[in-house]
Amino acid sequence: MRTFDYTIKDELGIHARPAGMLAKTAKALDSTITIQKGDKSAGASKLMALMGMGVKCGDTITVTIEGGNEEASEAAMKEFLSKNL
Amino acid sequence: MTEFTGKGVYGAAAIGRISVFRRQDIAVKRVRITDTEKELARLEAAKEKAVAQLGEIYEKALKEVGEANAQIFEIHMMMVEDEDYNDAITEMIQGQNVNAEYAVAATADNFAEMFSSMDDSYMQARAADVKDISNRIIACLTDSGTAQQSTGGKVIICADDLAPSETVSLDKENVLAFVTAHGSSNSHTAILARNMNIPAIIGVGEAFLQQISDGDTAIADGFAGKLIVHPDADTLAEYEQKMQQEAEKRRLLQSLRGKENVTLDGTKINIYANIGSADNIGEVLLNDAGGIGLFRSEFLYLESTDYPTEDAQFQVYKRVLESMGCKKVIIRTLDIGADKQADYFHLAKEENPALGLRAVRLCLTRQEVFRTQLRALYRASVYGRLGIMFPMITSVWELEEILALCNAVKAELKAEGLEYAEDTELGIMIETPAAAVISDLLAPMVDFFSVGTNDLTQYTLACDRQNPHLERFCDPHHEAILRLIAMAAKNAHANGAWIGICGELAADTSLTEAFLRMGIDELSVSPSFVLRVRDAVRKIDLNQQ
Repeated sequence: MRTFDYTIKDELGIHARPAGMLAKTAKALDSTITIQKGDKSAGASKLMALMGMGVKCGDTITVTIEGGNEEASEAAMKEFLSKNL
Repeated sequence: MTEFTGKGVYGAAAIGRISVFRRQDIAVKRVRITDTEKELARLEAAKEKAVAQLGEIYEKALKEVGEANAQIFEIHMMMVEDEDYNDAITEMIQGQNVNAEYAVAATADNFAEMFSSMDDSYMQARAADVKDISNRIIACLTDSGTAQQSTGGKVIICADDLAPSETVSLDKENVLAFVTAHGSSNSHTAILARNMNIPAIIGVGEAFLQQISDGDTAIADGFAGKLIVHPDADTLAEYEQKMQQEAEKRRLLQSLRGKENVTLDGTKINIYANIGSADNIGEVLLNDAGGIGLFRSEFLYLESTDYPTEDAQFQVYKRVLESMGCKKVIIRTLDIGADKQADYFHLAKEENPALGLRAVRLCLTRQEVFRTQLRALYRASVYGRLGIMFPMITSVWELEEILALCNAVKAELKAEGLEYAEDTELGIMIETPAAAVISDLLAPMVDFFSVGTNDLTQYTLACDRQNPHLERFCDPHHEAILRLIAMAAKNAHANGAWIGICGELAADTSLTEAFLRMGIDELSVSPSFVLRVRDAVRKIDLNQQ
């Protein structure tokens, strides 16, 4: 299991469009990816749950990667987040 | 004849028959089922159909409203396939032995509830998306098709509100206008209306739908934001004439391109354009503006996630100056405050942001931000004819500090061997009563004044611009405003400075003559108003009282 923290820079936070892209990216990976903010968490491939977390600009999320090729999945998630959020 | 008033989104008028947009309200009944496998298969087929429909809508939207506005349908497709949403529906079918229609409707309510209870208005609006996709799945389950109705010729579409998917599904060839009970000026309907150049009236209020029916003759007036049902013969004739005149006017205005802004008695005035982003330059040139009288630099800060660097700003300013060639470009320095800020500024919340730490006050408090912008501006100054304008001035000492900073920046650039244009004009906005009253002290220190009438009105009349209940009290034609402008004009000219107006009042052609008589040298208006103001100027004769 690997984890890392990321602070959201997108002005609107994880709103519909990036949530959609995030879910798409996570689904394509062979690891189980979980996003956590405070006491809320959601599977990264679940669009509505992600939107329901209400992650805003400046919030720090913890990304957990489990199973599959964890190293590659972590790199893919990091790249996605820094590019889109 | 009945009139309904809302907000006009696009200035145009249309006359035609009303078509009331009806959703096929599918009454969802809870039915006990025994074969859950069969029910799940039905759900799967309906979802597949819904996704296919959304794919078609996405393609259509792409053509009609562009990618940014079409993306919502991609999200809708993903929502239909969302794991949690589907798990909830499946569980309900299996656990409670209910029909798929009921399970979808109940799940939609639960998810919509979750979004509605969030504290973010953007997320609250997503509740409508959940309902929209769920209704689509239910329609596919019951095979009732979508709400597409044949309009039978060109009609004025009236609805309580239109979901994005509904707006896009309409047969555009046959839509004369949109009228909705709810909606905002940023809704899909409004965007589409603007793209189609047809009138749209929003926020007419719930009651109007009960008082109209299909086939009623009506006038949709996007200028006044009015829907007139069963107009009498006089009103109808009046509008027919008005529409003809509008068409005529549009032709005429285009013929004014290339003509001088000169009155019948030979008085000349400059008509410039206001823009908020470098992307609007095309419009400025298309409408034949003589220059840019107000370039709002805020977008550089608001669109960025961190302070824009000197180089990033320099590139934008250079591009604007180069595109305008030898025409004047007046760039206003950063004008933001607690009500309109970028997160990275971390401005403290203020009780009264209109009277707060904003515009030049912020720049003088955070001089490093201001210095970066000034350096970028001066470096760009060699690529065209630049004017730098400072907003929200109230005191002489502020201007003294600003001018000292400008000199320091110039000295810095010189020391670094970087070029700048020595003839860069410096000016201030006259948008506080204080600045107008002491304009005799400020004028000798600058090259120009530019009157920001929106704020000047707000501060002079003590009326919050955003408060709709104050409309009656917030009269921009108030004698106090006009006197302050006249005073500033007199003091500018007495000190060899020129004066322009860049607020909304500049485009108010009922005041053009008054401004000319005050000796205003320049009017800066939205690009689409340039030719209209030119037309007004060319009809004025100052020799006639």
